[in-house]
Amino acid sequence: MQLSREALLRAYRQMKVIREFEERLHVEIQTGEIAGFTHLYSGQEAVAVGVCEHLSVDDKIVSTHRGHGHCLAKGCDVNGMMKEIWGSRDGLCKGKGGSMHIADVELGMLGANGIVGAGAPIAVGAALSAKIDGNGKIAIAFSGDGACNQGTTFEAMNMAVVTEAPCIFIFENNHYSEHTGVDYAVGTAKDIASRAEAFGMPVWRADGTDFFAVYETMREVLEYARTGKGPAAVEFDTERFFGHFEGDPQRYRGKGELDRIREERNCLIKFRASVTSAKLLTDADLDAIDKDVLDSIDAAVEAARAADRPTPQDVLADVYISY
Amino acid sequence: MAKMMYREAVVSTIAEEMERDERVVMLGEDIVGGMGTAGGPEAIGGIWSTSTGLFGKFGKNRVIDTPISESAIIGAAAGLALAGKRPIAELMFADFIGVSLDQIWNQIAKFRYMFGGKTKCPAVIRMAYGAGYNAAAQHSQSVHQILTGFPGLKVVMPSTPADVKGLLRTAIRDDDPVIFLEHKALYGMSGEVPDGDFTIPFGHARLSRAGEDVTIVSSGLLLGFCEKVADKLAAEGIGCDVIDLRTTSPLDEEAIIDSVEVTGRLVVVDEAPPRCGLAGDICAMVAEKAFASLKAPPLAITPPHTPIPFARELESAYLPSTDKIEAAVRKVLGWR
Repeated sequence: MQLSREALLRAYRQMKVIREFEERLHVEIQTGEIAGFTHLYSGQEAVAVGVCEHLSVDDKIVSTHRGHGHCLAKGCDVNGMMKEIWGSRDGLCKGKGGSMHIADVELGMLGANGIVGAGAPIAVGAALSAKIDGNGKIAIAFSGDGACNQGTTFEAMNMAVVTEAPCIFIFENNHYSEHTGVDYAVGTAKDIASRAEAFGMPVWRADGTDFFAVYETMREVLEYARTGKGPAAVEFDTERFFGHFEGDPQRYRGKGELDRIREERNCLIKFRASVTSAKLLTDADLDAIDKDVLDSIDAAVEAARAADRPTPQDVLADVYISY
Repeated sequence: MAKMMYREAVVSTIAEEMERDERVVMLGEDIVGGMGTAGGPEAIGGIWSTSTGLFGKFGKNRVIDTPISESAIIGAAAGLALAGKRPIAELMFADFIGVSLDQIWNQIAKFRYMFGGKTKCPAVIRMAYGAGYNAAAQHSQSVHQILTGFPGLKVVMPSTPADVKGLLRTAIRDDDPVIFLEHKALYGMSGEVPDGDFTIPFGHARLSRAGEDVTIVSSGLLLGFCEKVADKLAAEGIGCDVIDLRTTSPLDEEAIIDSVEVTGRLVVVDEAPPRCGLAGDICAMVAEKAFASLKAPPLAITPPHTPIPFARELESAYLPSTDKIEAAVRKVLGWR
């Protein structure tokens, strides 16, 4: 099905926002201004956006330690996120969460998560809530090729099948769990989807660097999951443009690998080539978005830098609602 | 007033709350019991009979029988709570927190704080704990000393059927995550339970015996042991305040301090192992805040620093007994 011009522009903008958000963080982190551990999503944008463009606010997602892309794709505020990563008290989580624990539950974004594999069971719960309400809503667990080896992910997949929860397990295979290759760490011949299939759910596989492949695949997956047939899983083959964390020397990469994937496996380049050759959008349309996005990221960084810092008293706030 | 057993107080309270609020759902292993068998659903109804009849009344969407997957049970409770439901998750044995701990302490306990106070996670995690069944090292533990140490959780340890009713109501209605610890050796205990929709607030201890000579602090199964000792000593003219903590997080420090300021002597009796535990914590708190009132060093009576043994003789030797508690009380009385 053909996407409207507006939908195409929006999808490109969303991917571009994530890309520039992450590319800018990569630069800013080196100044030492940003504290803690940061895991960048650059390279995987087509997955987050190709999935979340199908979702409403009442659909839930649970993310990973590499969560900025999922947050932005689900609608989290760019400025609020930038401020959170800067540790401001005006951040999305008042500076309590930081990069690895950003959430906006009101938007159905149930949290980035510092524990690999912790998200899938939570997504099953959110899916059970939708099942109880019988509203056709779904929940999505974003996991990587690292989390696919955690027992929690297995438990979650089985429980979703047993309870017929409308939960979609999305495995973003970026070929590295931290600094270990998928060739070594995933025993099922590098194939993650077959594991989900073995738990008794239908699976899909698609190129996660091609927005249109992700989007069209998710249309089918969601049609299945929204009609009460139970869980489903998708494996997207994708790429991570940066290291596991910022500061990772990436000595595990092959010669020329990063240049190659940035050229050949770049969802933004692919999208542009696809829509301009089909004359759906022009280079000028996309260039205008590029400029606009860069300006908005500049503004977000400036706002984060100038934002209020938390005070020592804030340490004590929000542990409990009442105690 | 109605007479009911501790376990009946659990199941009747859950039923009433599920009736009252349709957001309340329950999940756990074998809480329906018999799913997928020739015997059919409710062939068992939960091994502790704490979910009997709920499936028939509320159906499979709200009484969710799960596979043996403790991480997924607690994780699903987390997701249900974030999505607006009020889940009651059951761990068949408290010892199983080991396989689900990430979801308890890294997820449920921390959501509100990590997310800047913008969300709530009203999950209740119930579990059967404690020794007394010769269930040995992996099915007998008291886990409150671990869970009380996690900021973000509330921890409840009822010692009577009436307290089960009032505290479980509060737990289910509470917007924070609550660990609800049911002592398996108390499930058959009978007691009077007030009628009506009463609740018991967290952080308010109960004075179960009053006296002016020694303060005894306890909870759960051992509270009854302490009451026996207090009753025996009362016949000798020795008066004990016996304080039932009811909740270990929040902790009613005020009730303990107020009592020690009168008695000057403290014995804390706890079923958890001694190191980094609740008993030592309370003794330290009293030493810091009521030092001037103390006439004797505070004493902690706990099991030894060992796993829980199997044989009857060994388990009896492991648990604090009425003799040990009485000896401790006499020791602080004899200090000076």
